[in-house]
Amino acid sequence: MSISHTPTPHAGGHVPGGTPAQSHGSKRSFVTGSVLSIIMTVIPFWLVMSGALHNPQATALTIFAFALAQIGVHVVCFLNVDSRAEGGWTLLAFLFTAIIVGITIIGSIWVMYHLDNNMMPMTPQAMRQM
Amino acid sequence: MSDHVLNKGAPRVYHLPEDEHGHGESPTMLGFWIYLMSDALIFASLFSVYGVLSRNYAGGPAPQQIFDLPLVALNTAFLLVSSITFGAGMQAMDAGKVGSLKLWLIITGLLGAAFIGVELHEFSSLIADGATPQRSGFLSSFFTLVATHGLHVTFGLIWLVTMLVQIGTRGLTTETRRRLMCLSMFWHFLDIIWIGVFTTVYLFGVLR
Repeated sequence: MSISHTPTPHAGGHVPGGTPAQSHGSKRSFVTGSVLSIIMTVIPFWLVMSGALHNPQATALTIFAFALAQIGVHVVCFLNVDSRAEGGWTLLAFLFTAIIVGITIIGSIWVMYHLDNNMMPMTPQAMRQM
Repeated sequence: MSDHVLNKGAPRVYHLPEDEHGHGESPTMLGFWIYLMSDALIFASLFSVYGVLSRNYAGGPAPQQIFDLPLVALNTAFLLVSSITFGAGMQAMDAGKVGSLKLWLIITGLLGAAFIGVELHEFSSLIADGATPQRSGFLSSFFTLVATHGLHVTFGLIWLVTMLVQIGTRGLTTETRRRLMCLSMFWHFLDIIWIGVFTTVYLFGVLR
């Protein structure tokens, strides 16, 4: 009978008020996310501040990869977005946003890079000689 | 439905067949998530403005000369740890421990305030050195992007203090739980935006 409200197993139904624990998940994923995100923050800063790779381009690519991975860790471990949460709608909204964000940022930079002739781009070295 | 026939005076309750019962979910969480995604689009446009303008120094200072990476690392640590302490607070809320929830929230708020304090210190020393927003396209886009994030954190702090007062006066009700879960999503979201900021603005800037 639909009147009787049974606690749902996926909501972690131990909450006295009956509110589902949707926006934050298990202790284990929270601890994993914390440890991973600390590591993924320390390594990029260390790479840039120590210049360990001796190659700015390789360093840039590495820290960009770390940033993307860390965003993934935050979304999965802290915000608990997966295909089950809210019937998959949070995941769908997140993927849609990620695509639009990608188009906006990559598209703008791509277009403006090719229009850059009129915008006086300068290296810091050229700038210092001004 | 024999009980409806027996209690004629009782108000009838109708349920649509596709209604999910025993679910206990409010649409607030999904709605707030969609708000956060729209906020991400605002930041996407600010990131693209920064990406386009970040090399237009107009003879002014370049990132290597004005960014202080140890200070940014400290700031990043404040925000990252505040995200973790907020998570610990939510674990305490699940366990029904109001005292430890309040303690974690206070620690989170102090870390957030430290983040804002360091950021304001950075801005004021930049402005004192003549690196003002009106100096170049690079500095305009830098201040717009970073200060918009800082404003979000400031509003998050106001919300956090409000929630501390509400937990104090009302306790852990369904409403305060729901509001705390929204604030938790907001706070983690700001940390995600900061990952983009410290990578693209500060680390890429110093590498340039």
